[in-house]
Amino acid sequence: MTTITTVRIQSEPFVTAAEVAAITRGRTDAGAVVTFTGICRGDENGVPIASLTLEHYPGMAEAEIERHVAEAAARWPLIGVTVIHRFGRILPGDDIMMVVTVSSHRAAAFEAADFLMDYLKTRAPFWKQVEKTDGKIWVEAKATDDEAAGRWAAAGKHQAAE
Amino acid sequence: MKLKLRYFAWVRERIGKPDEDVDVPDTVTTVGELMSWLASRGEEYAHAFQNPKVIRAAIDRTHVKPQTAIAGAGEIAFFPPMTGG
Repeated sequence: MTTITTVRIQSEPFVTAAEVAAITRGRTDAGAVVTFTGICRGDENGVPIASLTLEHYPGMAEAEIERHVAEAAARWPLIGVTVIHRFGRILPGDDIMMVVTVSSHRAAAFEAADFLMDYLKTRAPFWKQVEKTDGKIWVEAKATDDEAAGRWAAAGKHQAAE
Repeated sequence: MKLKLRYFAWVRERIGKPDEDVDVPDTVTTVGELMSWLASRGEEYAHAFQNPKVIRAAIDRTHVKPQTAIAGAGEIAFFPPMTGG
């Protein structure tokens, strides 16, 4: 199956519904769409924040995400995958990133979106800095994210249920 | 060996610059050795690389391990664990 893939790194906001429509418009084989949107919370570990600033490694961010999108397309029967990740200053309540997976059946779409999120968290070169009232601090990586990514390596190729 | 180095997030802040061109001695052959060599270049570098286990590296925009050889590399980047998504 040829998978329609789109990866964009941008500072501008995105519209998830438009990204879904760009894949599914005019098709009758897309039976399942899963979207994940990461949103900027108004607090970091219970402390209110004014904003979030995302730094990234241009070139590597695109390449790393594209590599995992290609891996997802090889592991699951996907009609389309779109990943958009923003950089720059983001305010609480605003979208940070999104993943859309489209398949004929839901299991592949759910699993591929979950897989992509786990890898984006641990392998895509982005760093979050939060601005609090008393200064700016870098967000620390979570061990639970590494564990979540590790389970896909152990699972091998998935056979999505129809 | 001439290399372009790039730094991100708090590694960049501690060193005080986003990138630089360096001429690395021939005795430095791996990513881990490069970190040790950089750490010896001054207080700001020592601060950035004081706990090399947490620093991640990429050669020409691909993740690598400390034991990876730097021969043939054009651009090597150092950064903290990633926190995107």
